[in-house]
Amino acid sequence: MSILEVKNIHKSFGKTKVLQGVDFTMEQGEVLVILGSSGSGKTTLLRCLNFLETADKGKILVDGHLIFDADNKQKPTRAEIRERQLNFGLVFQSFNLFPQYSALENVTLAPKLLAKERADFKKNKAAIYDEIEKSAIALLDDVGLKDKMNNYPCELSGGQQQRVSIARAMAQDPKILFFDEPTSALDPELTGEVLKIIRSLAAEHKTMVIVTHEIEFARNVADKIVFMSEGVIVEQGAPEEVIDHPKQERTRAFLNKLSK
Amino acid sequence: MGRFNEVVLSLCDGFKVNCIIFVLTLAMAVPLGLIVTFGSMSNFKPLKWLSKTFVWIIRGTPLMLQLCVVLYAPGLLFDIPIRSRMTAVLIAFVINYAAYFSEIYRGGIESISRGQYEAGQVLGLTKTQVFFKVVLFQVIKRVIPAMGNEIITLVKDTSLARIVAVSEIIMCAERFTKQGLIWPLFSTGLFFLAFCGILTLLFGYIEKKLDYYKG
Repeated sequence: MSILEVKNIHKSFGKTKVLQGVDFTMEQGEVLVILGSSGSGKTTLLRCLNFLETADKGKILVDGHLIFDADNKQKPTRAEIRERQLNFGLVFQSFNLFPQYSALENVTLAPKLLAKERADFKKNKAAIYDEIEKSAIALLDDVGLKDKMNNYPCELSGGQQQRVSIARAMAQDPKILFFDEPTSALDPELTGEVLKIIRSLAAEHKTMVIVTHEIEFARNVADKIVFMSEGVIVEQGAPEEVIDHPKQERTRAFLNKLSK
Repeated sequence: MGRFNEVVLSLCDGFKVNCIIFVLTLAMAVPLGLIVTFGSMSNFKPLKWLSKTFVWIIRGTPLMLQLCVVLYAPGLLFDIPIRSRMTAVLIAFVINYAAYFSEIYRGGIESISRGQYEAGQVLGLTKTQVFFKVVLFQVIKRVIPAMGNEIITLVKDTSLARIVAVSEIIMCAERFTKQGLIWPLFSTGLFFLAFCGILTLLFGYIEKKLDYYKG
């Protein structure tokens, strides 16, 4: 069974049709890279999948379980919203770390708040928090920032901030981790450290969807490439097919522009 | 010397009233302002319209007039006169300052980037958690300078209680003026200066404390 099935997603802003029927599926442990020029709907697709926007039409299934259906007009309960949200993690282009919290606190905030809903929270508060801190420190260690865990975001470089935000997204142990152009806001010399982290996650078979403009990175990290244009998927397949032997004219035009 | 002591005691008694108005107004207007902010930022149109009209009326008329209205209107319109002038003063001040505070809060809340809310949402936080755990503290940091300004204005506005005959410091001093003694009136300024000086230091300290992060 596919871990993620996206069916016929449509989204318009006013009269602008941004997504016009997007379908794809992905398997557990797969890394899917979405390519496309700006305005092709990549970011909107990611935002719809993470419920930052509500798709006008379409369905989203995780592990065969329907978590979103635009035809279902019933308002989801708070618990349902949280549950479906926790399937996914999202790393933003602009990091969006919480400035008033240290790197460690950024990672532990959501797990600590979530733990309050556990039945045994009152009894084992200290132990639960301790465990959350420990795993947060381990995550920061994974992204190479254990020694910066008590620093505030303003004291970190862009690359370090993005690595904290990857650790933060991982802290909720999402089934699928999404990246929205994770290196676009970084100076060129800082993109490497972030891409390295994503590559190591791919090596651990973390299921990921990545929107990026880094073609070389896409080629060696992706199991599958999706090329989008004008709100639809034009072409999809293995990196060597889509990047090296594109079948569609629009894909070729896009890749030509990038290589120039 | 006896006269001097009499003046000082009287002015201190008067300034105590100013301080009470100040503290109580602040304690009530700070939370009430937040409620008005939620109203004026609400997606529910009638509530938004009501809050905006409230803020417009309160900011658009003199506090002195509002004091008179609160004191006299209940008696004249509904035949239930306000017995305590001090209560009337407090009601007028709280309403007035809540309106001003609400606009400061709104500016602060709207200055927080949407990314902060979205980051909270994708981490599975509820809207309430996002507001109280992520946004509020950043708003506080951003509104502190403007609030400091407004709160210092409040210190001096407390003397407006005089016009509905609540015997705050200026009114106490004027009793001596009527007896031909002008210096007590002028020296009331020292009380305000001292109080505002302390507040300025306090706000400077708070701003410094919150300066541990940028953004």
